[in-house]
Amino acid sequence: MFSRILVSGLFAGFAAGLIAALLQLAFVQPILLHAELYESGQLTHFGGAKASTAAAAGGIDLVRDGLSILFTTLIYTGYALILVAAMALAEHRGVRIAVRQGLLWGLAGFVSVQFAPAVGLPPELPGSAAAEMGLRQAWWFGTVGATAAGIALIAFGKGWTARAIAAVLILAPHVIGAPHPEAFAGPVPPELAGMFAGRALGVGLVAWVLLGLFAAWFWIREGERAEDTPRTA
Amino acid sequence: MTAQTQSRVSIPTNLVAIALCAFIGLAIVGIAGHAQTSALHDAAHDTRHAAGFPCH
Repeated sequence: MFSRILVSGLFAGFAAGLIAALLQLAFVQPILLHAELYESGQLTHFGGAKASTAAAAGGIDLVRDGLSILFTTLIYTGYALILVAAMALAEHRGVRIAVRQGLLWGLAGFVSVQFAPAVGLPPELPGSAAAEMGLRQAWWFGTVGATAAGIALIAFGKGWTARAIAAVLILAPHVIGAPHPEAFAGPVPPELAGMFAGRALGVGLVAWVLLGLFAAWFWIREGERAEDTPRTA
Repeated sequence: MTAQTQSRVSIPTNLVAIALCAFIGLAIVGIAGHAQTSALHDAAHDTRHAAGFPCH
């Protein structure tokens, strides 16, 4: 069981992470680099000259982009291990996993890990004004945990009590509210920030849906392999 | 849980494996995505922003 989860998770996470990293470099990174020019003061919003909407920065930085690819694949590998562990738990409790259901698992993961936290704390550009780091991290982890638990209750729970608890879990972080700064004073144009948040979520959606499909596919394939070769744990 | 442990030995082994893998995954996301050590933060900077993690 351990090696089945580990192998499926590593393969699925690496594949989805690599695709996520490439999409991120193509669509998200140029906006981030553009925003950094405002963060560093090389460009000024409402400054003397009109701010250009053309991407002012770009190009490939081998070390920086290489590290981004490495860390994105790492993070998706982490996601994949958790996702496959959840699939294993579901199967253990009698739920059958099919490859196409991986799509739903991936969507549930996206909503839990990216969409729900983004409702309170949209993906930030460098230079955005934000509340204290520790508070935001606490809210982020709390929101991800509560949303994932709520979705799991809707998917696998029975009866109206489970559904009611699910609704409370999913809504609670947003009723409590994400920590925000006392004043918005970021130097980056809101147009860039909006585009960044939209694209970061778009790339996340694609990567998570693929992650779900890959995870289900590898999980089923590794299961069949284990059956073909008896006596392997 | 305790009753199941006595009746079916395979259940706890599987659950331990599941919990262990989930923990490894969580640790990877925590270290690569959220740890505030400055070297880690700088290396993972762009990834953290794009993933929507709180950064800075």
